[in-house]
Amino acid sequence: MAKEIYANIPKGDLKDKWSNYKDQAKLVSPNNRKKMEIIVVGTGLAGASAAASLAEMGYQIKAFCFQDSPRRAHSVAAQGGVNAMKNYQNDGDSVYRMFYDTLKGGDFRSREANTYRLAECSANLIDQAVAQGVPFGREYSGYLKNRSFGGVQVSRTFYARGQTGQQLLLGAYQALMRQKEKGKVDLYTRHEMLDLVLIDGKAKGIIARNLDTGKLERHGAHAVILATGGFGKIYYLSTLAMGCNASAIWRAHKKGAWMANPSWTQIHPTSLPQSGPYQSKLTLMSESLRNDGRIWVPKAQDDQRPPHEILEEERDYYLERKYPSFGNLAPRDIASRAAKEQIDAGKGVGALKNAVYLDFKDAISEYGKETIAERYGNLFSMYEKITGINAYKEPMKISPSAHFSMGGLWVDYDLMTNIPGLFAIGEANFSDHGANRLGANSLLQACVDGYYIAPYTLQNYLADQIQVPKTEVSAEEFEQAEKQALQQLEKFVSCKGNKTSEEFHRELGKILYDKCGLSRSAEGLKEAISKIQQLREEYKNNLLVPGEVEDINSELEKAGRVSDYMELAELMCLDALERNESCGAHFREEFQTEDGEAQRNDEAFSFTAAWEWSGNPKQPILNKEQLKFEFVQPTQRSYK
Amino acid sequence: MKIHLKVWRQKNQYSKGEMQDYTLTEVDQEMSFLEMLDTLNLQLAKKGERPIEFDHDCREGICGQCGVMINGIAHGPLKNTTTCQLHMRTFKDGDTIFVEPFKAKAFPVIRDLKVNRSSLDEIIAAGGYVSVNTGQAPEANSILVSHDEAESAFDAAACIGCGACVATCKNASAALFTGAKIAQFARLPQGKKESAERTLSMVERMEDLDFGHCTNTEACQVECPQDISVLSIAQMNYEYNKAKLK
Repeated sequence: MAKEIYANIPKGDLKDKWSNYKDQAKLVSPNNRKKMEIIVVGTGLAGASAAASLAEMGYQIKAFCFQDSPRRAHSVAAQGGVNAMKNYQNDGDSVYRMFYDTLKGGDFRSREANTYRLAECSANLIDQAVAQGVPFGREYSGYLKNRSFGGVQVSRTFYARGQTGQQLLLGAYQALMRQKEKGKVDLYTRHEMLDLVLIDGKAKGIIARNLDTGKLERHGAHAVILATGGFGKIYYLSTLAMGCNASAIWRAHKKGAWMANPSWTQIHPTSLPQSGPYQSKLTLMSESLRNDGRIWVPKAQDDQRPPHEILEEERDYYLERKYPSFGNLAPRDIASRAAKEQIDAGKGVGALKNAVYLDFKDAISEYGKETIAERYGNLFSMYEKITGINAYKEPMKISPSAHFSMGGLWVDYDLMTNIPGLFAIGEANFSDHGANRLGANSLLQACVDGYYIAPYTLQNYLADQIQVPKTEVSAEEFEQAEKQALQQLEKFVSCKGNKTSEEFHRELGKILYDKCGLSRSAEGLKEAISKIQQLREEYKNNLLVPGEVEDINSELEKAGRVSDYMELAELMCLDALERNESCGAHFREEFQTEDGEAQRNDEAFSFTAAWEWSGNPKQPILNKEQLKFEFVQPTQRSYK
Repeated sequence: MKIHLKVWRQKNQYSKGEMQDYTLTEVDQEMSFLEMLDTLNLQLAKKGERPIEFDHDCREGICGQCGVMINGIAHGPLKNTTTCQLHMRTFKDGDTIFVEPFKAKAFPVIRDLKVNRSSLDEIIAAGGYVSVNTGQAPEANSILVSHDEAESAFDAAACIGCGACVATCKNASAALFTGAKIAQFARLPQGKKESAERTLSMVERMEDLDFGHCTNTEACQVECPQDISVLSIAQMNYEYNKAKLK
């Protein structure tokens, strides 16, 4: 039965809500904190910052990651920057403006209160990161530098060359290692969560697999935080790391946690185009390049000439033409769709005609090569390593690619899922970005969730758990969960079919990208659903996994992740099919304005779709959280 | 193109490994090195053999998880390039390529090309941070850092922790890795306060683990994907001596 759901948003004016919450939130005294254990799955920016902050407060943390070191998490790949409201540039920024930009950027499909809190806590993060020694870009005077980013008209982005994510993650990772040294954190690297364990309806632990030995382990705690990132890798070709997956959140979903807006995937406009069928990923080039690079395609279809032979008047700078006030800095969903439009119209460039140009010629003549090199040097050299092309001399070729999951586990204002004691933070939850995330807001959300929100809201929950005895992993619930996880692994290995999970994943990704990617239609989605169902059946009978369960086995790891993708993919299509409107990254061909922009339907679709697992992937239950706009009037989004 | 491979296969830390020969006939020069290994692994899986285990994740040169010896060189023949960023256009049709794990006592082999580099995390745990808790930070612009200080700290902070410096060093020393972190914080006002404790503690940890000593061959910088300067090692030695004299 579908139900109306509520997010426990505190009362009061928008700007007082978080203060009111903090004033009222329950606390745990220091001598009780050390008796309480918290499991944190994922050690990216959200996971590491939450784990470190909670450990500093005195809680006992168990941190898990599938990589060989917590420093490897994919936050590391965010290049361009992190947004924060400091108004150091005196260019008219304010918390309200940042909130409004984010809400508007998300096409009015996020919660006002959460989005406001994100902007409100943003300034603290810069203070914290600077104190940790994150080497942000500086003016010669020693003050912090800013740059502008897509979708806004102020400069509120802080950056550390093109490695902002890496430097922020190192800050959080180092804080985590400091707590490990103090004995407050037990670190489980090369461990993958296989299931969530509930006791009396509360999250009490996980089943994890030691990837070096293949052995299953049980871990109990007073609360579980999932900080396992996004699942854009479901499209196979994406900007994500090879290991990024949905398994932790999907298995929590199958234990009862709702999945919100799963189909909302950001397709990033500036990644490198696919060059062949063997390709395993698409490398992202930071959006910050759009600050100085100009995007264009030849006006003529199928123009074979090299870029320097195409005269100025023969070029179409289509973003500048269509969106004069934002130009090349139009938000990602709009820039990606515009690129697709040009490529579909036969104006794509490169061998496979699947790219557009990003040209630095004008910026280099205006600022000089040296300045451009200081701003983007590592991106240019990365580009050359991958393509063999020198972008100081020739425009880059870029194309859209699956990137960020705006969808994820449904959480309330406390970032707690509908399962008591199960929290989801960072990209793993759905909360702040609506239907499209603004550039440089991802690092921000991960940090704000981990450093500033989870430490309050976890305590608020744990305050009522002090009397509850320590979780015993000998409990029947752990026994059952472990048994089921093991059975699934054995099934994969004993299937002995003809196709590897990688091959299945490529097929699945292609279906999703074509039908549930940049643009969607009811017809296409229905077609995709039936193809996914067939593929899932084949996966049960024709999967090839070499090796054994109780051994190191990368193929087995992939098999589990792809198995979850097979189910999630269908839910994404159902979610996209259910939403008969276009908003942000969700573009339904049937719902567009005369000039091809997204046509929202606030009357019918101003809600968060929170899907409930029914036991059958074909028939999930749709619950709705109505979005109430008390402080802002949603408008038609325009970047013209 | 046709590529012959000689790949190190080893079941676990305690077993004896050996080189095995493989040949790939349809290698595209636009492929990355790891995509070439993917192709081989797919063929092995289809034949019912165990694919080659190797570490990798982001495949864009920043996470530091990939890394193998290619023809005896950490991350292969290109300068300042991780294994995942190496493309097959670097090789010629008919080439034979030797692929081995990073070799160091401090990096025990887990299987095939996968090694355990958690000793690097242990060095960071010993002091590779500014001891500041969440919530303690002052207003960001109250700590001024000159442009040059910030840039020079960044040069050291850019280390991705891949371990190529250790693998390429004849002594398997972690001096560049440790020195880079010490240098980053020694170049910033935030990190200066505890520089002495940090340096002593990190150096002591490095020596307790199975790393060798630095004999200043400077091979590490040559193979470093981020081109971290050996001056970081000099700075570590300077900070160390300064701390000892205190």
